[in-house]
Amino acid sequence: MVSQIVKEENQYQAAFRQLQQRTTASDVAWFGRLRESAMDRFEQLGFPSVKEEEWKYTNVAPITKLTFDPALPAIDVDSLATSTELARFGYPEAQTSQLVFVNGALRSNLSSLAGVPAGVVAIDLVEAIADAKYGELIREQLARSADYNANAFTALNTACVSSGAFILIRKGTELESPLHLNFVSDPSAPNSVSFPRVLIISEENSRATVIESYAGTNDAAYFTNAVVEIVLKDGARLEHYKVQRESVEAYHVATTSADLGPNSSYDSTTINFGARLSRHDIHVKMAHEGAECWVDGLYVVSSDQHTDTHSVIDHQQPHCTSHQLYKGILDGKSRAVFNGKIFVRHGAQKTDAMQTNKNLLLSDEARVDTKPQLEILADDVKCAHGAAVGQLEEDELFYLETRGIHPELAKNLLTYGFAEEVIGKIKVDSIREQLDEAVLNRINARLEA
Amino acid sequence: MLEVRDLHASINGSPILKGIDLTIKKGEIHAIMGPNGSGKSTLAKVLAGHPAYEVTKGQVLYEGKNLLEMAPDERAREGVFMAFQYPIEVPGVSNAQFLRLAYNEKRKHLGEEELDPLEFKDLLKERAKIVEMDASFMTRSVNEGFSGGEKKRNEILQMAVLEPKLAILDETDSGLDIDALRIVAGGVNHLHNSENAVVLVTHYQRLLNYIVPHYVHVLAGGRIAREGGKELALELEEKGYDWITSSVTGSGSSAVSVI
Repeated sequence: MVSQIVKEENQYQAAFRQLQQRTTASDVAWFGRLRESAMDRFEQLGFPSVKEEEWKYTNVAPITKLTFDPALPAIDVDSLATSTELARFGYPEAQTSQLVFVNGALRSNLSSLAGVPAGVVAIDLVEAIADAKYGELIREQLARSADYNANAFTALNTACVSSGAFILIRKGTELESPLHLNFVSDPSAPNSVSFPRVLIISEENSRATVIESYAGTNDAAYFTNAVVEIVLKDGARLEHYKVQRESVEAYHVATTSADLGPNSSYDSTTINFGARLSRHDIHVKMAHEGAECWVDGLYVVSSDQHTDTHSVIDHQQPHCTSHQLYKGILDGKSRAVFNGKIFVRHGAQKTDAMQTNKNLLLSDEARVDTKPQLEILADDVKCAHGAAVGQLEEDELFYLETRGIHPELAKNLLTYGFAEEVIGKIKVDSIREQLDEAVLNRINARLEA
Repeated sequence: MLEVRDLHASINGSPILKGIDLTIKKGEIHAIMGPNGSGKSTLAKVLAGHPAYEVTKGQVLYEGKNLLEMAPDERAREGVFMAFQYPIEVPGVSNAQFLRLAYNEKRKHLGEEELDPLEFKDLLKERAKIVEMDASFMTRSVNEGFSGGEKKRNEILQMAVLEPKLAILDETDSGLDIDALRIVAGGVNHLHNSENAVVLVTHYQRLLNYIVPHYVHVLAGGRIAREGGKELALELEEKGYDWITSSVTGSGSSAVSVI
């Protein structure tokens, strides 16, 4: 096993060397050094094992065992993904405000920014690094929020990033339409891997909605290793939706890291439907007074899917508010992990933090490990947390059945109701409708089965 | 329409119903009365097919078919309806969605075409008038945050949409103020006709001032202790249940656990 992992790491290293040679952005000295240093760190850390507390319930051995062929954008096959094929991964609200990435590479011919106002920059990250206008700003922010020293997958992404998005929302700019970062995997070869990287900077008093979605065109095994960094300046507001609908054979490991400025507001909703194995680390740092965040999510898994959410909400300064509601629906032999840490640092008085994780088990073989954790070092705070794992209530089922509703449908209707608490708050209609349909299609699938 | 013969049922091994006989014909309204613990709500739940109750003996024929062999949802699609004493809240599912689903399940069962959301909306609007419910109730989650009276009205709205042949109303009058009682009773009277039957399970005579039954059955200790016309309810109102339960005890009936 160990030699397998070493072999696998060597593969990544070989790919990494190729990448360093090829990419023009490597000419930017700091970026080249950043990647070297991240690769060094990845080699030191290696892929995490279940012996590590943070990875106790999630075994990434399947990822290390696969002989991944890092899909390098320069040799990306063009046979795939026409815009018609991709239409099903888009959202109508963002038709003229989307960046489409295929196998991790930005495809400008499939993207459209016609509906994006002047105060917004939305370009390829690596191009932006090489651009004198943004180079310095990116240097200041890239890999600052998402610490690659602590997480091997973040290190690997940082080392291998070859494409991605740089989003800059300038002071006071308000986006009417959501901006969609549409990541599609279209694996032409099996076991391809992509390293999406996103840096979003919302300047003072700007307001925007960003949708980040992941999907696969077919059921092949592939690996997405994504890192999204978000910086909110004073009074900025960002609504962030992450919709993970990778193929059922895919592996998805991602980090979202947000730094909240004074009086800023970060409202995030993460939906995990897809992937054989998914792991999401979400880290919200509130290092300035008056910030507020919503860190909500829904995971819906079945058969032998595994999903893991590790969330950290870090209250470092007074007068910040955080709300967290994560709900999970598990069927088959699926497994979910929720680990939610809330830190209230010394001096972070008047913190208001609320965390809830609720799970619905639809099968006796499904399993959830939930661990909400509060660590409070300030004394004038309002904090509450709770976790629940339950099944459908017999009385509720009976009630629906007495209205002529088939027991299987009754089960799914209650499940749908359970999910609505998260889905219902989504403000982009087409995402909400898509998820409603996904849950309701599950209903039909079950009825027909 | 309904033929109950020597029905015995228990919950968690303890017997509640100890031999009920009841015949209900279409067009009739029956009242099942009795003190707390007499088994009247159990009878309603057994007829609806509640999984917690076990039928240990007896037979129930509904339109000539063995009702006890049918699953609860099947009974419902065949036209049996029970209004709950404590209607269940279904968060996240709107009243309109829920009603349309139930309605269409029945249509499918009867081989009729399903209604799309718009067609159903019209039907719902019309039926909601029967229980004086406004449109805002239709977009709210089923029973969630409804007052006691609103929940009961919502039960009757479901009855109005599903148009059952046999409607069993379990303590639908409990917890209702006089205005809500009048609305609920008005709804039931509106829906009752010569082709269907209504069973009112109630503790009090009050409801029967509004919905006048053809027959009154008084339960005590899991058996029917007394039967008569609507005047029996008035007698109960006057004398209470004591004279009936004591006469049952007096006749040597065992295990009358009624106070």
